[in-house]
Amino acid sequence: MKLMLNMTINNEKISVEIEPDSRLLDVLRDDLGLLGTKEGCGVGECGACTVIIDGKTANSCVTLAASMEGCDIKTIEYLSKNGKLHPMQKSFIDNSALQCGFCTPGFVLSGVNLLERNPNPTEEEIKEGISGNICRCTGYEQIVKAVEDVRDEKYIKDGACDE
Amino acid sequence: MSLFEYTSSKYNLIGKDIKRVDGLEKVTGKAIYAADLYKKNMLYGGNVRIKEYPAKINKVNIDEAIKIPGVVEIITCFDKKAKKHSWADYCYLTDEVKFCGDVVAIVAAESKKTLDKAIKSIKVEYELQEGVYTIEDALKEDAPIIREKGVGLVDGIPSKDKKGNIFRDSYYPIRKGDVEEGFKKCDVIIEREFTVPFIDQAYIEPEACIVYHDPKDGSITGEASAQNPFFTRRYLADASDCNMSEARLIQRTLGGSFGGKEEGVGVQIGRAAMLHKATGRPVKMVNTREESLIDSSKRHAINFKYKIGATKEGKILAIEGTLVANCGAYNNQTQFMNWRASVHSAGVYEIPNVKTDTYGVFTNNVHGGAMRGYSSPQVIFAQEQLMNELARALDMDSVELRRKNIIRQNSRTATNQLITEEVILEEMMDELLKRTDYYNKKKEYEAFNKNSAKIKKGINLVSSFRGAGLGAEGVDANGAFIQATEDGSVIINTGLAENGQGLQTAYAQIAAEPLGITIDKIHFHSVDTHAIADSGMTVASRGTTMGAQSMKLAAEKLAMLFKEHAAEKLNISIDRIACKDNYFYDIDDFPANYRSEKRASFKDICNERLWDGKQMAVYEWFRPALNEYDHHTGQGKAFPTYTYNACIAEVEIDTEIGEIKVKKVTSGLDCGRVINPNMIKGQMFGGIVMGIGYAITEEIELNKGKILNDNFDSYILPTSMDVPEMDLVLFESETKEGTFGAKSIGEPSTEAVAAAIAGSVGHALNKNVNHLPCSLESILKYID
Repeated sequence: MKLMLNMTINNEKISVEIEPDSRLLDVLRDDLGLLGTKEGCGVGECGACTVIIDGKTANSCVTLAASMEGCDIKTIEYLSKNGKLHPMQKSFIDNSALQCGFCTPGFVLSGVNLLERNPNPTEEEIKEGISGNICRCTGYEQIVKAVEDVRDEKYIKDGACDE
Repeated sequence: MSLFEYTSSKYNLIGKDIKRVDGLEKVTGKAIYAADLYKKNMLYGGNVRIKEYPAKINKVNIDEAIKIPGVVEIITCFDKKAKKHSWADYCYLTDEVKFCGDVVAIVAAESKKTLDKAIKSIKVEYELQEGVYTIEDALKEDAPIIREKGVGLVDGIPSKDKKGNIFRDSYYPIRKGDVEEGFKKCDVIIEREFTVPFIDQAYIEPEACIVYHDPKDGSITGEASAQNPFFTRRYLADASDCNMSEARLIQRTLGGSFGGKEEGVGVQIGRAAMLHKATGRPVKMVNTREESLIDSSKRHAINFKYKIGATKEGKILAIEGTLVANCGAYNNQTQFMNWRASVHSAGVYEIPNVKTDTYGVFTNNVHGGAMRGYSSPQVIFAQEQLMNELARALDMDSVELRRKNIIRQNSRTATNQLITEEVILEEMMDELLKRTDYYNKKKEYEAFNKNSAKIKKGINLVSSFRGAGLGAEGVDANGAFIQATEDGSVIINTGLAENGQGLQTAYAQIAAEPLGITIDKIHFHSVDTHAIADSGMTVASRGTTMGAQSMKLAAEKLAMLFKEHAAEKLNISIDRIACKDNYFYDIDDFPANYRSEKRASFKDICNERLWDGKQMAVYEWFRPALNEYDHHTGQGKAFPTYTYNACIAEVEIDTEIGEIKVKKVTSGLDCGRVINPNMIKGQMFGGIVMGIGYAITEEIELNKGKILNDNFDSYILPTSMDVPEMDLVLFESETKEGTFGAKSIGEPSTEAVAAAIAGSVGHALNKNVNHLPCSLESILKYID
């Protein structure tokens, strides 16, 4: 038996036929080709599969796709949809806040979502805000700095990016 | 002072914070990793394993599985199509299961769900056998023999004359001076034992590959998360039973490796290749995290026994040691890793009499293999706790004991190598002591601990060194190809691989510097084995220090051809030609305000050379001087140069619950020449946090070879909440070795961290920390 799932992904209304037990992660990757969302652990621990659902970050590997009817979902592809980098993406590059890059989309989304919820987080709040994502390469320091630079509106002031 | 400063670089691009050249793809999610590949008509491949080991397989019943719609192929270990043994020590398929990762059947199906269903429906009948799991049990006289090639001990030395569980090829002795005589002259002699567990590399990307037939050139093509594409190609050709020239391996963006994506990725692509051969269809295999944890190599568990002696003034005169590594059931690494362990087995200290024996034993566990350090983090942990213990026995400050014994210029190492280069270790130690206010803090913490029962504070400095590159383990040779195009942009290509560490960016800097072009003109073509020659593996932190030598040579040769061209064009002698920012010009006008009529653009010269039929590409090979080394005595020149490292950790322990808070880590690294400061800092920050995991939380928990913590909900990695204050100190030193004088960075960034944390725990509790990790339970044991 298949289900028809209707949701908004990256501001586009999408209808996709899914199996009732499919994970959101598989629908995004296998059915919709949104490959920036990664699978690292499959149990909701590493955050590589982070997406934003109705304004909150979630692990798409432990989210049942069928439960997403009518939801608004944003993936990493959303941020640079207009061809311009989001300030968070630019800040990650500038701060050397990535190495292998596999966890990076998840961290970028967690950083963006944190600032949407709390535009002026302290260092501790930033660390907490990204603590659902695991990075094995960077030691987090430059990631925290990247989020701080966006918090401090460095990229809005210099006009390099949208938003 | 040899502290790195941004202004200290005389180069255009070397020593500068050049941004990662692969950053854009990675922040946008557009980088394609192996699991992101989808091919038309593709099948999903998977593995059938059992949950107890060792076992003799009697039957693999596929009757039910083969009937499931969408199951296309099943190859069992009894199948004629099965190739069981790989070219290396590991098995693609086996009916004699020795460890948790062994596979008894492989399956290809139309979808992931069908694949899972098929794997679950395959019934395996087997007979359990007696296993050996610990180092101690493996060495027992009556232990079951795990491998035919295992040998026993005769007078404490692995010998071919006796059967046993020792991996003979992994035995390395060091014999320097006469330890018996040395100990006679000592005032204080101590003996200590240390143990460390297996841990996992825990890269966030699980292993993945796809194998397909490429109609473009008829090659069997594999795209994989391979740390070492040429190494993985061996498995692809081996399992496909084809010429290596017909097997093509393309490295996809790699989601971390740290030494782990070597043999595991090799056997994975071998299994995928077998399914591809049987079906004629593209086959993709992606490990789950659980599979990654049970099938990939681990940092070796090692047992150490040390005896060390010194005069009452603190001069160490003799050290004796036995280092026994747990190899697991199969091994293709310990015979190299133990050489490095043996070379460093007496630490960064000049000791006149050294006798150490290093070997590995086979057990029914997952195999030990490379993980960021190649057995150095274990050795440094044990060695540095031993130093702390010796200082305690001598009633001497542990820093002073180190200061009295560290290797300096003109010292001789444990392998009797004369160190002729500048050694800045003492300077580094002094800088770190100053920055941390070490002596005051030490006093303050000791006073605090006297009056505090619940909270204890500790601080410890450790020192270490690391042979840069492969040294006498192999030949550190490599090749690079550089080609200019007519629009003035340049493509660079090498056999070494970007594994996330930043190799593409460092190589772009190293290629652009001699050519005088800007980074945006360089494109790094990542490894495709049909497009570039094998340059050895991207291991041993050799990528920049040794691996980039050929890239520098190629860029310099191309630059010379272009300078000749520019000299002719500008009608000046070649020795007056300088280049910067994509222009060649008269050195008299350098660096600023050059006159336009006296300059030639890189682009114009490229264009002219193309139409004139002049050389625009260079391939260069680098082969370093060989190191004279006697592997029977462990004496000789082990490495061309060494990276020195000093690290201070500060901890606070809640003794009621055993919790350790790492408050601060100060890490000093002798970089030789700094190529990219921000990226070195990235390695160091990452290395510290990885070291915290090794020190406190990480351990592969085993029960009869079964891995109990097989995902990140139970194998606990540090998160952003565990990050302490980190102070990084980059030093530069003079060396004639290494590309632009660069030394190794990746592994030294992490290898001393766990040792420093354990040492500070030891200081806080006034105890010898003899085991990693310093878990809650272990802390409570020290207190009892």
